[in-house]
Amino acid sequence: MVTYPAVSQAAVRTDIPSVPGAALWLREVSHSFELEGRPLPVLERVSLRLEPGEFVAILGPSGCGKSTLLRLVAGLEFPAAGFLSLDGQPINGPDASRIIVFQDPTLYPWRTVWSNVALGLEARGLLASHRQRVDDVLHLVGLAGFAAAYPRQLSGGMSQRAALARALVNDPKLLILDEPLGQLDSLTRIAMQQELVSLWQRAGFTALLVTHDVEEAVFLASRVIVLSARPARVTAEVENTRPYPRHRGDPHLAELRREIMGHLGLAETW
Amino acid sequence: MTINSAMDQVSRAATIALGSRRRSLRRPWLLGMAAAAWLATALLTVLWPNQASSDFDYTGDLAVAFAGLGAVLALATFTELRFACLPHIGRLAPWMLALALLFGTWETVTAKLGLLPMPFFPPPQALLEVVIDDRVRLAEGVLASLRLLVGGYFLGAALGFAIGVAMGWSRAVGYWIHPVLRLVGPLPATAWLPLAFFVFPSSHSASTFLIALATGFPVTVLTWSGVASVSSAYYDIARTLGANQGFLILKVTIPAAMPHVFVGLFMGLGNSFAVLVIAEMLGVKAGLGWYLQWAQGWAAYANMYAALLIMALIFSGLITLLFRLRDRLLAWQKGLVRW
Repeated sequence: MVTYPAVSQAAVRTDIPSVPGAALWLREVSHSFELEGRPLPVLERVSLRLEPGEFVAILGPSGCGKSTLLRLVAGLEFPAAGFLSLDGQPINGPDASRIIVFQDPTLYPWRTVWSNVALGLEARGLLASHRQRVDDVLHLVGLAGFAAAYPRQLSGGMSQRAALARALVNDPKLLILDEPLGQLDSLTRIAMQQELVSLWQRAGFTALLVTHDVEEAVFLASRVIVLSARPARVTAEVENTRPYPRHRGDPHLAELRREIMGHLGLAETW
Repeated sequence: MTINSAMDQVSRAATIALGSRRRSLRRPWLLGMAAAAWLATALLTVLWPNQASSDFDYTGDLAVAFAGLGAVLALATFTELRFACLPHIGRLAPWMLALALLFGTWETVTAKLGLLPMPFFPPPQALLEVVIDDRVRLAEGVLASLRLLVGGYFLGAALGFAIGVAMGWSRAVGYWIHPVLRLVGPLPATAWLPLAFFVFPSSHSASTFLIALATGFPVTVLTWSGVASVSSAYYDIARTLGANQGFLILKVTIPAAMPHVFVGLFMGLGNSFAVLVIAEMLGVKAGLGWYLQWAQGWAAYANMYAALLIMALIFSGLITLLFRLRDRLLAWQKGLVRW
């Protein structure tokens, strides 16, 4: 694990402002899709509360509606029933205070890395006064040398770091992570998990992570929420009070992982 | 990117040829042979008397032109000079050699031996004569053609682009325009010709309309398909970052659709050439198409060949221009093909 220009602690820049995270509240949220004319329920009365600055991971079987939950939080879709709010403000559309990072980095191939990262500022007319901010965030994620590169020239891990920078440059109060490391090879993933923790600790946002990887959830999150198969309901919540930075070999984390595997119905494999 | 590969097919062969040419053409003697061949052709032209019955005034001038080209190539051979305008002159050597042989043969079988029937197969000096003596009329023709073509093409491209974006963006616009496009689009623009010359006040405006129509159809369809194929994830990203509708159209939809748009512009350009020439032959009393028709009426075949050559150079130049523009705007794409 030497090939990654990892976020070194020495590179901490004091001009990255620490934005207090927001409290996210989901109350009795239900949602369904139309499938061949029939409603297909995907979420059933999901209630959830994230405290400011918390890092919460959501685990659940494949296709249970985790990504739908994130799209509702991002404001890209509206729930069939229930209520979502951020810091007491109802969520009724996308907003730059809640930014989603997808599994696929989805960088715009026609823009350089710098312009991709600047996208949110440009869209809100803030770019002229915040150009330095783009440089700072690129530096923060270790892509300062790739500002002029095009996305096709980046590796998978670098692309995902650029996508992360594109979100962070807007100082989100809530960072929504939809399996952001799912497409990376395992070594890159381990490196990126560490970077994610250090970015989160420094920036102070609230983080909501969906993942398939129990180990990742246990390593990153201060609380793990387990969902049932579709339609998704909250079946368990596991607190993880281990202080950061965490160690992967920590027997307590292994114990938590075993507990969560049990909640997912996979206890016998452990 | 699949549509772009269709465009790449157009000159795939050229790319492959270019690749192998780069490897094999580091032989200076080839350039020397080309120079010698041009000088020999010049000597052949000037020393071997023409057929007795002919009077080609520009035989000497042609020989001078051949010799001039040969001298330039010889200079390049001996000094390995890197010309500012032709930095890769060595790469042209086989073509230069082939062209010298071609012109030598052409000169021999026409002016010298008279093997081919005459007004149909004029010698090279007859073409030179046309280009020099009839230069005013030819230049006027070029200007008239370009004015008509550029006006119609830009009109058609702009309208096609706007309609394509609107169709891809708005369901309502798509609902109304799509059936019209399906019905009218496949009609070749030339089918409108009799009607257009009747309805429009001048043949110029009628031809502009036809060229715009011929250009507009492929541009509309490909812009529309480009807009429709933009990944919804691109929109999700921009929306969560606070983009409004205007930003989505200008900064997401249009740049993402550009590779398709350029295929449409390329197809539209080809269509516009065809309509231009036909419109000039049938109604407009100016331009290179009209010149061709006029030359044929006078059995002036040398004039026809000269006009065809000029037309080919201009149309090829315009396509080159379009490809340059594409390469510049779509530099972010991988493996763009050179024209």
